[in-house]
Amino acid sequence: MSDTFNTDTKAYRAKKIIRSVLTYAFLFLIAVIVLIPFYWMILTSLKSQTLIEEIPPLLFIKPSQWDIGNYRSLFALVESGMREGEPLFPFFTYLRNTVVVSIITTIGTTITTILAAFAFSRLNFKGRDLVFAILLSTMMIPGEIFILTNFLTIVKLNLYSENQTYVQVLTALTVPFMTSVFYTFYLRQAFKQIPNELYYAAKVDGTTDFGYLLRVMIPVASPTIFTIIILNSMGAWSAYVWPEMVTMQDSFRLVSNGLRGAFTDTTGRTDFGQQMAATTLVTLPLLILFFTFRKQIMRGVSRSGIKG
Amino acid sequence: METKNNWKAWLYLAPMLLLMSVFTFYPLFNAFIISFYKGYRPLNGTIEGYTLLENYLVILNRPQFWVAMKNTFVITFVSVPISIIVSLLIAVALKSIPKFSKIFQTIFFLPYVTNSIAVGMTFAVIFSRDYGFVNVVLGWFGIDAIDWIGGTSNWWSQMAALLVFVIWESLAFKILVFTSGMQNIDKQYYDAAKIDSASKWTVFRRITVPLLSPIILYISITSMIGALKSYNSVIGLFGAKMGSPADSMMTVVAFVYRYREKFASKGYYSYAAAAAIILFLITLVFSLIQSAVSKKRIHY
Repeated sequence: MSDTFNTDTKAYRAKKIIRSVLTYAFLFLIAVIVLIPFYWMILTSLKSQTLIEEIPPLLFIKPSQWDIGNYRSLFALVESGMREGEPLFPFFTYLRNTVVVSIITTIGTTITTILAAFAFSRLNFKGRDLVFAILLSTMMIPGEIFILTNFLTIVKLNLYSENQTYVQVLTALTVPFMTSVFYTFYLRQAFKQIPNELYYAAKVDGTTDFGYLLRVMIPVASPTIFTIIILNSMGAWSAYVWPEMVTMQDSFRLVSNGLRGAFTDTTGRTDFGQQMAATTLVTLPLLILFFTFRKQIMRGVSRSGIKG
Repeated sequence: METKNNWKAWLYLAPMLLLMSVFTFYPLFNAFIISFYKGYRPLNGTIEGYTLLENYLVILNRPQFWVAMKNTFVITFVSVPISIIVSLLIAVALKSIPKFSKIFQTIFFLPYVTNSIAVGMTFAVIFSRDYGFVNVVLGWFGIDAIDWIGGTSNWWSQMAALLVFVIWESLAFKILVFTSGMQNIDKQYYDAAKIDSASKWTVFRRITVPLLSPIILYISITSMIGALKSYNSVIGLFGAKMGSPADSMMTVVAFVYRYREKFASKGYYSYAAAAAIILFLITLVFSLIQSAVSKKRIHY
């Protein structure tokens, strides 16, 4: 009796081990697939011209073979053509533009979102639920439909023209995005967690609504607000369509547009080494941001999938 | 005490409502109007009359529009189901391992924090015939190099490359959402299953999937709506040429933008608006399905 029981547990254990080995193998394989593009990007960017031209391509190169020539050539000045006298890939110009746009948009979005979330969570007014439902329903509408008219609005506001200034570009790039229904929804949830008693106590003490928002609600909900700030500032990094439409000059471009533009404008053969050096530069700041605020980013993003 | 706040509440909402009126509500309304204009010149604001369907008929008769529709629907109906199934499997696997699950989760999330254009350009190198990683792997199995996205490639290989890229990009978000969804499932269901010595497959089918189904449904619909709007990934992978021959990998959104670019030509803006509205109506169907099904769920 005890013998059969023993073999049973043995078989069970063996099965369990095999299953866990297979599970780890599966996850490891997926991890490799996820990492390959990053690896290939960096690997290609570090290959010298002669190494790149090897067929089949080398999968590994020794640190002694690493070559930063591709990175250096990105900043070399173009000798002829439309971009004469400029660096091949003016990364720092694009980086500055992206950071500036990101900061302005984030400040705007945070302010409008906090104010709206406060009204929706704390104040009572006629039509509150209706307005909120209408705002939520806009989240499902493809943004492409707004862009046609928004471009005309920008033209009408005289923000897009041959001699567009930096301020005009920044206005066009940021103002339309200074609000977010999703973040309002997200922050409203956090505000609702704050007990009503605090509000009434503050009222008795003669605190105004705005004072209460500033001194109680914002500090209490600061982790959520912080998540919103990080997620929102990442937005400018992936923006492509709108900046492409409303920026006239190359020096006003954001990273995505600069990246795609720098390697499509130039006719002739594609230089994979330089391209991958540029994509590495563009990808790096985002990864640094991610590893710095991993918890907040992942928490915030997972919240957006499970609504309510 | 609180009802006195009436007008003050609107003051708090004002910045958001003002911005949204100008950049969301008015444009939505105006897109329909533009699609009914005849001979519209957007920069001067002049029109030559109105029409109900002419602009729609013009684009519906363009073969390019149907190429765009085909590509968009293939991307949507192939990439979304695959990425949902794969990410569910990954989420289940992550839940069952005792160690390293945080590290795996972090790695799997990386594609989310990248930029479509940059990664698309990287995938273009990975799929290149002579210098790409994909053909190296195929070589290990004795398969000859394929021109996936180059000058001699066909629609199938380009679409395959695009789908791999799109799925790679979209897994991150779904894995994260499914794993955090699973954490919310009450442990006692799993304990009960353990007592009944139910197999892993039964547990997955009878507990995990049903209890996760509201999230799976929500993610399926929103991902499909997202996939219907594919554009950046196409530009990232293929560049402004959008495939070989040019425009063969165009999507509906790319079609809208192509016509929008020609705003100087009479009437083109209305064609772009008509195409955008067709896309809007398609996504509306998906949202309606979602809200209908999720309402049904609340009732039982």
